[in-house]
Amino acid sequence: MLAMPKPDHQVLSRRGEIVAGLRERVARPDQVIDHVDELRAYETDALTAYRQMPMAVVLPTTTEETSRVLRFCHDQGVKVVARGAGTSLAGGALPLEDAVVIGVSKMNRVLEIDLDNRAAIVQPGVTNIGITQAVEHEGFFYAPDPSSQIACTIAGNVGMNSGGAHCLKYGVTANNLLGIEMVLMNGEVIRLGGRHLDAGGYDILGLMTGSEGMLGVVTEVTVRILHSPEGAKPVLFGFDSNEDAGAAVDAIIGSGIIPVAIEFMDKPAIKVCEAFAHAGYPLDVEALLIVEVEGSKAEIDALLTRIEAIAHDQGAVYVRRAGSTADAAAIWKGRKSAFGAMGRISDYMCMDGTIPTGQLPHVLKRISEICDGYGLGVANIFHAGDGNLHPLILYDVNRPGQLETVEACGADVLKLCVEVGGCLTGEHGVGVEKRDLMPYQFSEIELDQQRRVKSAFDPQWLLNPHKVFPLEDAGAAIEPTRAAAAG
Amino acid sequence: MTDSQLRPTDEAGVVEIVNAARAHSTPLELVGGGSKRTLGRPVQAASTLSLAGLTGITRYKPAELFIAAKAGTPVAEVEAALAEKGQRLPFEPIDYRPLLGTEDTVPTMGGVVACNLSGPARINAGAARDLLIGIRAVNGRGEAIHSGGTVMKNVTGYDLCKIMAGAHGTLGVLTEVTFKVLPQPQSVATLLVFGLGAEEGRDLLSRGLGSPFEVMGAAHLPAAAAARSAVPAVAGAGRSVTALRLEGFAASIAYRREAMRDHLDTDADIEVLDTDTSAVLWREIRDVATLLAPDDRPVWRLSVAPTHGPGVAARITEALPAALLFDWGCGLIWLAPDVPAGSSGAATIRPAVQAVGGHATVIRAGETIRAAEPVFEPQPAPLAALATRIKEAFDPSGLLNPGRMVSGV
Repeated sequence: MLAMPKPDHQVLSRRGEIVAGLRERVARPDQVIDHVDELRAYETDALTAYRQMPMAVVLPTTTEETSRVLRFCHDQGVKVVARGAGTSLAGGALPLEDAVVIGVSKMNRVLEIDLDNRAAIVQPGVTNIGITQAVEHEGFFYAPDPSSQIACTIAGNVGMNSGGAHCLKYGVTANNLLGIEMVLMNGEVIRLGGRHLDAGGYDILGLMTGSEGMLGVVTEVTVRILHSPEGAKPVLFGFDSNEDAGAAVDAIIGSGIIPVAIEFMDKPAIKVCEAFAHAGYPLDVEALLIVEVEGSKAEIDALLTRIEAIAHDQGAVYVRRAGSTADAAAIWKGRKSAFGAMGRISDYMCMDGTIPTGQLPHVLKRISEICDGYGLGVANIFHAGDGNLHPLILYDVNRPGQLETVEACGADVLKLCVEVGGCLTGEHGVGVEKRDLMPYQFSEIELDQQRRVKSAFDPQWLLNPHKVFPLEDAGAAIEPTRAAAAG
Repeated sequence: MTDSQLRPTDEAGVVEIVNAARAHSTPLELVGGGSKRTLGRPVQAASTLSLAGLTGITRYKPAELFIAAKAGTPVAEVEAALAEKGQRLPFEPIDYRPLLGTEDTVPTMGGVVACNLSGPARINAGAARDLLIGIRAVNGRGEAIHSGGTVMKNVTGYDLCKIMAGAHGTLGVLTEVTFKVLPQPQSVATLLVFGLGAEEGRDLLSRGLGSPFEVMGAAHLPAAAAARSAVPAVAGAGRSVTALRLEGFAASIAYRREAMRDHLDTDADIEVLDTDTSAVLWREIRDVATLLAPDDRPVWRLSVAPTHGPGVAARITEALPAALLFDWGCGLIWLAPDVPAGSSGAATIRPAVQAVGGHATVIRAGETIRAAEPVFEPQPAPLAALATRIKEAFDPSGLLNPGRMVSGV
């Protein structure tokens, strides 16, 4: 189990006064939640093994309110955790007992669609899919598509630099952001970017993206929107071994084709997804690839014919090109329902390392050995084109000691990802889940450099502290001193 | 400007030099190949730290779509290695040598990152910052650090690659950079549309960019700029040329250029350039110098929302005659104002950009101008203060390229 920081009793003892102060800084009293029954909805995110009831939740409706609330918390020395939809799998939005949660759920309007500049300006609580829904009648879409896109907010996407299945072609959140407005912990409002490209000075927008809500609270977002392709079509391949599937991925990319998505599933994942989604997946293969391309009908047919020839050369034993829209949907449904389908049969911990794609067969073999060693099952789902691996390690939360076992097993898997030249997290973030693993990826000097960046935005470490950095030296009293002394 | 040049051959050597500079409080001017040394404010430093000795491609995995090179590696060396495997740097980095008059220098990969270069493809493929997936650097405390790695999807810790890209060497001495790379297209076509005004050109480009046909370049050359092109179809037009580039497999391009023609639905004359001729035209647009003006006027680079491009240009040229061309769907304006010696035109240009939002950078001007006026877009006080704190987080003693971006920082 991960250790949680000790709450500051001096702050807790002033809770009534702090709640009253928060209420003075928003328009309506019901924007501050302090009743325990209502607070419960905010005590965890999608890393549900961990719960921490916050002191209060504030739901601002404007940038000005957000600024007043942050300024007040800053002056009172109260910690703040910003929250989108709470879909973080890494505990990035996990509250602290002595913190105020700022939720963006009341700032959920699409402010402007600017097709001429191919931009959409939205409030931070708009969902990822909500942006696409706002522009799809014009033929446009917002490209990053994390699995949680129905629920997750754009603010959370900025915080985590969210990806999705289609980033092989379209990039991640950072590549699709044009600008943000954010509020610093001291209440200062900063605008970065806009409808134009690039920064006039330092690329603070780029630094903010993926900073896990530790540097500022996002109050407005300008994203790039794109015209949808004329069409898209997946082809499904089955292979007798993970090695063959891995070689096919390399060969497709090596041929100069960049599909919009290449998804990989291993045998345990295939079985569970097929039982759930009835996608028509072959059950007698060791590995599946879903490869999708885009364009006009003729372009799609030409590309798929080339890709099928390459897969055939690499030993594909099963090929199914989507014959209809319904068939394409079925192929994707199996993959997209993987997490839910797995959840029906077992508790699981979803890992999120990235590895160099050339290491795929080796890493899959090692993952299976590691999980065997802990007596745990594993199913692998993988954004193969970009090396982002999602092993689902199966366990039973009700069995004493199993959570500890699966956490140790997951840590070994992530260390493996770093060992082969990859990283601890591709798109879920470090949050609390992986904070103690950071020393495997970074030296103490490098972590201190990142801490000094945090201090440049938030010298007192009040904004989403105790995330990303190892807990033992992440005490709010320690870091600023440390950074100041080091500086 | 400086009296000693330090030329380490590895990262440990860089660490040693920065530590010595720290001990003696002697700031360093960082130089790669020197091709962009006059970009930014003049640096007052006792010593020059040359990265030209840190060379070589360290890792290149075509199937994994990345290349890593030491900071002093010539861009040409990397491009040649990529071309051999049918790949390229997707962001099409501008070669500033013709514009800055540094033809005898060798641009390096570190410079590509430090100046966050891009080209016409930026509108679709991103800038250097979008494809930069890993760095190694030495900060102003003499510490070697890394960020990112060799994979595209990586959210482990803060993304220091982004903040280093475009920091002009003020946050750290880059020692190695890693980029995502992509295949070169098999075929390229450019649709040229003739005789449109800037606003009509912008609207046409907007239609193209808002189509499903994946535009990889969208530029508008006013008649004067078009006349300077080496491409006969452009130079001989005698009027403005609006250009849309498409890239991909041959069959796909054959289809998309016709589909695009239908989609644009214009009465204006259209001509199509093939792959080789397209390469000539887009190199001219990328490097700007020959199309803009062959003289020594100041040169500005303005980034605004594409819809505002023609209006901003008109507002400036009403007061100040200028040679200009538009890229990025008219969101990028290259401007060479006709001003008296010693002036940059800032008094006219900056307010025009600030009125609509965006940023303006002096790319070429004499040293006196660059020392006396802001080169980069002036920032509101809270943002400027934040940028200063970020500088201090990396370089607390102000050793690295002091004053390059902002006076006193």
